[in-house]
Amino acid sequence: MSYRLGVDVGGTNTDAVIVSSDGSVVAKVKRPVTDDVVTSIRIAVREVLSASGRSASDITHAMLGTTQVTNAIIERRNLNRVGVVRIGAPATLAIPPLTSWPEDLRRAVDQESIVVRGGFEFDGREIAPLDLDAVADFVDRLRPDISVLAVSSVFSPVNADHELAVLDLVSTRWPDLPVSLSNEIGSIGLLERENATVLNAAVTDVARRAASAFRDAVEQAGIRAELFLTQNDGTLMTLDYAMRYPILTVACGLTNSMRGAAYLSGVTEAVVIDVGGTSTDVGVIRNGFPRESSMAVEVGGVRTNFRMPDLISLGLGGGSLVTGDPSSVSVGPRSLGHRLVLEGRSFGGGTLTFTDVANAVGAARIGTHRPEVDANLAQRAYARGIAMVEESIDRIKTSAQDVPLVAVGGGSALLPDRLEGVSQVRRPEHYDVANAIGAAIAKVSGRTDRVYALEGRQREDVLAEAQTLAEAEAVRAGADPGLLEVVQVEEIPLAYMPGNATRVRVVVVGPLAAPKPALG
Amino acid sequence: MRTINHDDLAALAIGATVLGTGGGGDPYIGRLMAEAAVAAHGPITMLDVDELPQEGLVIPAAMIGAPTVIVEKIPNGSEMRKALAALERLLDRKTVAIMSIEAGGLNSIVPLALAAELGLPLVDADSMGRAFPEVQMTSFTIHGVSATPMVLVDDKGNSVTIETINNQWTEALARMATVQMGGSALAAPYPVTTAQVRQAAIRGTMSLAMEIGHIVGTPGQGSDERIRRLLERMRGAVLFRGKIRDVLRRTTGGFTRGTATLEGHGPDSGSVLRVEFQNENLLAVRDGRPVAMVPDLISVLDQETIRPITTEGLTYGQRVLVVTTPCHDVWRTPRGLELAGPRYFGYEFDYVPFQEGGVA
Repeated sequence: MSYRLGVDVGGTNTDAVIVSSDGSVVAKVKRPVTDDVVTSIRIAVREVLSASGRSASDITHAMLGTTQVTNAIIERRNLNRVGVVRIGAPATLAIPPLTSWPEDLRRAVDQESIVVRGGFEFDGREIAPLDLDAVADFVDRLRPDISVLAVSSVFSPVNADHELAVLDLVSTRWPDLPVSLSNEIGSIGLLERENATVLNAAVTDVARRAASAFRDAVEQAGIRAELFLTQNDGTLMTLDYAMRYPILTVACGLTNSMRGAAYLSGVTEAVVIDVGGTSTDVGVIRNGFPRESSMAVEVGGVRTNFRMPDLISLGLGGGSLVTGDPSSVSVGPRSLGHRLVLEGRSFGGGTLTFTDVANAVGAARIGTHRPEVDANLAQRAYARGIAMVEESIDRIKTSAQDVPLVAVGGGSALLPDRLEGVSQVRRPEHYDVANAIGAAIAKVSGRTDRVYALEGRQREDVLAEAQTLAEAEAVRAGADPGLLEVVQVEEIPLAYMPGNATRVRVVVVGPLAAPKPALG
Repeated sequence: MRTINHDDLAALAIGATVLGTGGGGDPYIGRLMAEAAVAAHGPITMLDVDELPQEGLVIPAAMIGAPTVIVEKIPNGSEMRKALAALERLLDRKTVAIMSIEAGGLNSIVPLALAAELGLPLVDADSMGRAFPEVQMTSFTIHGVSATPMVLVDDKGNSVTIETINNQWTEALARMATVQMGGSALAAPYPVTTAQVRQAAIRGTMSLAMEIGHIVGTPGQGSDERIRRLLERMRGAVLFRGKIRDVLRRTTGGFTRGTATLEGHGPDSGSVLRVEFQNENLLAVRDGRPVAMVPDLISVLDQETIRPITTEGLTYGQRVLVVTTPCHDVWRTPRGLELAGPRYFGYEFDYVPFQEGGVA
């Protein structure tokens, strides 16, 4: 039997699990995140291996889900200085790159930007021939000051040739300079895709450090496994691939817990609720994967358009403060967070929290003390919190029918067994480490999202071409080429546009390819 | 006379989405262009129609094309200036003011970039009082004003001058040229005199959009109070409070058509409202009976934030407020209804103004 190691670094805890190849959870640990993050990964990996009673050589794959990239962007820390190239002039000059960025983030990231001639029309014609000399001069001049280049071309989701030409140039003349290409990161919507590409470039070093810390932690435990990072859609990237697209990890924690919830409960169509200490996230799994958001998503104050799960986040958790009197009680969004176990009434402290009112109404039994709470206040506060949850569930689901709900996260024990709009509340075993399990059981995906001019082409040929591209991406990311499965095909004709221009989106998913035979 | 600054642009973008009645294109790109122009050239002066000079040329500017292309292939920034210069040469006259052709959607705000850049005043007026999908749907057409000569300029610097026998032809030819130009272009249509603006424009709509945006975009007060102020300012009424139960979309002939079905709550419990849209919201049917229809405005707002929701953004489960506002009287004339009444959009019935529809 072979085993997989799953590690999830969250805001409060680092969780680690070991899952066997037949899918059962062999061991789990939960350790507080250390300031350097690395130490807690090392401790969690060591302890979970020892708790499993398995030998390090039994672990064939190791998966990491981490918030380090997200935190670096939010805190504007350790970001790379980026040279920003946009290909599209004479179009697009009206709005220069990074126009609407928060000033502090722009200063931390933007070395200099240039808009050069080139790019494509929606139907694949060139706007102008690519001015490669201008790119060469720009990089030559900036090379001492930049550690990475971000390249975005108009309609590169239709035709990526100009972006690829810049990549060729740079790999030949400056082989040490990493390049982020927009067609590999986002979809239609130049400014949002360009923003995502620049952010991707800016977290190059952060991602490298997170990856090497993970590699060190795993190796120090004697494990010689293939390493992966989890991404926003709940699938895996090899470490090499993740180093090229680190921005795709920004929402992986939430996705991992949804994937873990689907896996642990055996349900593939459900609403998932993850209740933590300060907040609750509500999302939808469809076909076992999180439903993706169709709207522009802000990361660190910047509009992007890459794939993110569709979630509603509520300022409600186990540590949420309960204030006011019975006639006007409010719950959250302020929270004790991890201080719940010190200051909450159910733990002998003096602060009234959502955990305390849940205990008082008999909905939960958590903590060390029986909290003193006015019964009327407790009833109303608990009802208020549950009403918030019920409304979010109703907002996120896609039809009026009752749906199954999978409840995970440490705070999910506070939820009642019956909720409005819910057919059944499932509380799977190991619900408290669903995110690390989601990482451990993850598959690999590949996708295309491009605009095709269908005139003069067979629709079937276009769809087949899109699928081939998606499959190639999945294989590059580590999937077994023989076991790929198409999970989504979408065709969206462009509005106000005669001529059959259609946006085609294809997603394929498959299990990881078998591990390469270990050497030595 | 008043001044439009950076904050007013954000407000205009929100208000224009309300007046866009679900369509008209996302004003985001236009807002960024106008913000950049104001940052570079200073604030814009806005004049009431009555403050315009006795004589002179007023140029409306507009973007034409597919929203998907517009968000990807952003303009060069010089198109409107070139189109305006070409019209001035052709007509041998100087422009005294810039105008927005529609108060809703992207085109409400795009001309502000031109006004800031050229230091020309903006007229507090438009020619729709809302957003409409086609070039001929303007109060100018109703008053017999030609949309041409019209100049169309693309991001590469190509330009086309169109002269047509009527404004329907302008729509057809401009749309064709736009596809060849790569799916988006900027246009200077309807070169009008200040006298024609006084006669035919719909007045006060730019300040209306900005005030709506300031009401919607300023949190702090309760949403009830903001809704009250919004309705008062728009002379509108709440048509329905409810939850979206279903959204159906289909694309035919380059247009996205669809229906959102809402289940009432609060005072509307037990009722069902159907909102039909084709780029813009066109018709609201309550329990099988039409209660509001184009050319009256039908806007869908988020119940909590009162932010407008476009037809692309409608999804199951949203708690919304459907608001209707009477269109400008010019749209209720026979010529106005012929241009943009329910029958033009394919419905088999005559227009019933929203007050007479007996809406509570």
